[in-house]
Amino acid sequence: MYDKKELDNIKRKKVEWNKECYSQHVKNRAERKKKFNNLSSLKIENIYTPDDVAHLDYDKHLGFPGIYPFLRGIHPTMYRGRLWTMRQFSGFGSAEETNKRYKYLLEHGETGLSVAFDYPTLYGYDTDQPLSRGEFGKCGVAISSLKDMEILFNGISIDEVTTSMTINGPAAIVWAFYMANAENRGISKQSIGGTIQNDILKEYIAQKSFIFPPEPSMRLIVDTFEYGFKEVPRWNTISISGYHIREAGSTAIQELAFTLGDGLEYVRWAIKRGLKIDDFAQRLSFFFNAHNDFFEEIAKYRAARRIWSQEMRNLGAKKDRSLYMRFHTQTAGCTLTAQQPEINIARVTMQALSSILGGTQSLHTNSMDEALALPSAKAARIALRTQQVIAEESGVTDTVDPLGGSYYIEWLTDKMVEETYKYFDKVEKLGGVIPAIEKGFFQREIAESSYKYQKEIDEKERIMVGVNKYQMDEPIEIPILKMDEKGEERQINRLKKLRKNRNNSKVDRNLSNLRKAADGDKNLMPFILECVHSYATLGETCDILREVFGEYTEPAIY
Amino acid sequence: MDQKIRVLIAKPGLDGHDRGAKIVARALRDAGMEVVYTGLHQTAEMIVETAIQEDVNVIGLSLLSGAHMTLFKDVTKLLNAKGLNDVLIIGGGIIPEEDVSKLKKAGVSGVFGPGTHCEDIVRFIRKNVKK
Amino acid sequence: MNDIAAKVLEGDQRSIARLITLAENGSPLAASGMKKIHPYTGNAYVIGITGVMGSGKSTLIYELTKEYRRKGLKVGIIAIDPTSPFSGGALLGDRIRMMDLATDDGVFIRSMGTRGMLGGLTSAVYDVVEILDASGKDLVLVETVGVGQAEVDVIKIADTTLVVLVPGLGDSIQTIKAGIMEIADIYIVNKADRFGVEQAVAELESLIDIACTGKDRKTPVLTTVAKENKGIVELINEIENHKKHLKKTKMFDAKRRKRYEAELVEIIRKRLMNFIFDESTFKGKVESLIDQISKKEVDPYTAAEEILGKILK
Repeated sequence: MYDKKELDNIKRKKVEWNKECYSQHVKNRAERKKKFNNLSSLKIENIYTPDDVAHLDYDKHLGFPGIYPFLRGIHPTMYRGRLWTMRQFSGFGSAEETNKRYKYLLEHGETGLSVAFDYPTLYGYDTDQPLSRGEFGKCGVAISSLKDMEILFNGISIDEVTTSMTINGPAAIVWAFYMANAENRGISKQSIGGTIQNDILKEYIAQKSFIFPPEPSMRLIVDTFEYGFKEVPRWNTISISGYHIREAGSTAIQELAFTLGDGLEYVRWAIKRGLKIDDFAQRLSFFFNAHNDFFEEIAKYRAARRIWSQEMRNLGAKKDRSLYMRFHTQTAGCTLTAQQPEINIARVTMQALSSILGGTQSLHTNSMDEALALPSAKAARIALRTQQVIAEESGVTDTVDPLGGSYYIEWLTDKMVEETYKYFDKVEKLGGVIPAIEKGFFQREIAESSYKYQKEIDEKERIMVGVNKYQMDEPIEIPILKMDEKGEERQINRLKKLRKNRNNSKVDRNLSNLRKAADGDKNLMPFILECVHSYATLGETCDILREVFGEYTEPAIY
Repeated sequence: MDQKIRVLIAKPGLDGHDRGAKIVARALRDAGMEVVYTGLHQTAEMIVETAIQEDVNVIGLSLLSGAHMTLFKDVTKLLNAKGLNDVLIIGGGIIPEEDVSKLKKAGVSGVFGPGTHCEDIVRFIRKNVKK
Repeated sequence: MNDIAAKVLEGDQRSIARLITLAENGSPLAASGMKKIHPYTGNAYVIGITGVMGSGKSTLIYELTKEYRRKGLKVGIIAIDPTSPFSGGALLGDRIRMMDLATDDGVFIRSMGTRGMLGGLTSAVYDVVEILDASGKDLVLVETVGVGQAEVDVIKIADTTLVVLVPGLGDSIQTIKAGIMEIADIYIVNKADRFGVEQAVAELESLIDIACTGKDRKTPVLTTVAKENKGIVELINEIENHKKHLKKTKMFDAKRRKRYEAELVEIIRKRLMNFIFDESTFKGKVESLIDQISKKEVDPYTAAEEILGKILK
């Protein structure tokens, strides 16, 4: 990006400065640490200058916002036009309680909804199935049927607000609940907007809430892609997620590489099915983590945009919208401390800021009490207010990609691109994403990184304030969310009543049609919708698919 | 005699967050213990039967979903019913202070939350292991 | 203590587990129990399963066990994982694939670390086979470490040895060439739904043709997809055929005799080592000899002769 003469001059001066100035200072006062490595173990130099980014071509590698390769942002105006969506992931207990929380958050300025489901729902079990024992409503809301979905969104304008649903194994069924509820309320599928996470690959890799083996799971996902762009055009049919990969202990580079790798795998499967890339690609979305290393996180989001647009072009995408790496961000749950929990607010602020400087489309900020329990209403409100402070007070939203052109940021962004392609090569050598999962490649990589990170903390090479430095012995005074103890009973009674009062012969017929379709190769969405409309429960519908597809068990890696 | 501390690390319930369980398993291995890992989604019956067959000195239960009051207690109850009184039981996860004392009363001797130093778990086991 | 052996013979899970621990720890208490149960052993058929990491051994064992259980047979499983030479600890994760069997009282699974033994087994494995045998198991399945080399010790203990390979892992064929060719009684190409299965089978068969020239039994090659329960029934039939072959050719008794020989050698070795390195007997002497070797005052051979001379006199 610089002319040769100027560059040679800078290089020469840098050597000089290091020798005569910097090292002299170090002689007088040693550096704080022997080595400065970021969270991906990249060595960080004392300074970055134009010669570190001289190999970059501005137009080809950076460009302008809204123009290929979109590194500086997918929209030309970014936050000068419209702020990101403030979307707080929440859900607990029964549909009634969560419905109340949603209304509370919307009243306080939240601009999108995000549903957390409990474990039975994530695994496609009804609340009253034996494996659900003890889990009802614990880390999300229990949704066992269309009935529960009706209650969850009662009084909320689902034709206006968009809803993101963190659901994977049974995503197609839960999505069908949402659509059926909209239709019953007279709202067309064409006009609802939102996202289903629907990213099974990262479940095998990191989050482990899988149900079926990879092949039928991928088929279901491509079914949702196809159904989505034809029938529900405002819906993001997948949110390809690095968040959980990071939470499981990966580095930022691994998060970036594995997530984009997963994304490309979905695209290849959809193309193999015969879908046209420009039909479905614009409904693909991403979900990243915002961890502690401020600049590394910013570089990660920027690198992701460049790689995604390049690779989508290589796969034949023509429309700009197909090249957009649109993403949601959540601050890193694993960085929250149970010790001195109030300081989590400071961590979350920094993490949120990194995602905004990285150009996120929507954001969830964690509540300070989440290393202790589900967030209380007040803690959730403070988390939301944190975003509002950044948006309204800090001024970082006034220009697009304010850190663009920083020597350090541009060097780091490019370095992360380079490292990502190295991982792509490794995975390809293993035969692709699914064979690499079956061989435990990703799982082993993550386990290694997570163990290393923990050891660094145990050995105080890495500091966590309040955990291994500045500890205090004080009682924790955070009010903990109390759930309605009657919730589970109410839910089980509701299910009993539902099974008695619905038209059971219709349910049986719809379920058996689904079984037949699953045995063949038709798109399953219309069959699932039929089941759901007749009030077949989540567990009943999912059990049919379990029978046909089988269940996945993971390779033993640690 | 070459006696080693044998530990069962188990994940009851549906929660798939296994980062903590795996880190602890490795840290205990590196502290010279033999660690049997069950993998995900274990019922109390599976955990207790495995503890019997593997003749472990310690059972470590890991759960982040918040279902610990039900699921940890299922395990301790079954262990008591089977007369396994010489096994040290410890637990980890997102566990609020007020649950900790209840769990201790139910027989979970050590409860370790986020931010625990692995060395503390090793020390706790060495100090409290019963056989 | 006296009744632990009696309870093992009754098939009591906790007693089986406890006696295994005692044997594994080299406890003197184990010996009295082992002495009592020996007369009741010899009934279980022992199958060794070896093969590289990732070949699906654990899943294969799981499916084999389920099939044997359908026939009403009782199964003992010994799953061996490597002990870290640095910490002495071990991660024992083979059970993950078999957790469904945990609550079946006709199955007993024990995970073990190698605790310093090379060759894919652990020193106490002979004891554990005897214990499971005496407790009434019809079959004992022994899964070796699976690092892919020098895991030949399994033939010392198994009546039938299965070597598991997967297509596409080019090096697994190399492994066979490198020395485990001779140990297989049956080859299994697992994960046979993968690309390259015909090639793997063909390569294997041509190697077997050379190795088995002039022998009365050609090592069979079977294909399985363990995770889908494919080929398991055929495998069990093939194991049965091998058993018949062993009995017919009197190889069976010879194999068993070999196992007892290995077991006896192992007991003597262990006792001798314990004796030599015991604080109250030779430890001091050994230490001072090592010092002398370091200072070149004595050579290792002379030192060894001195120690052995004291024991053997």
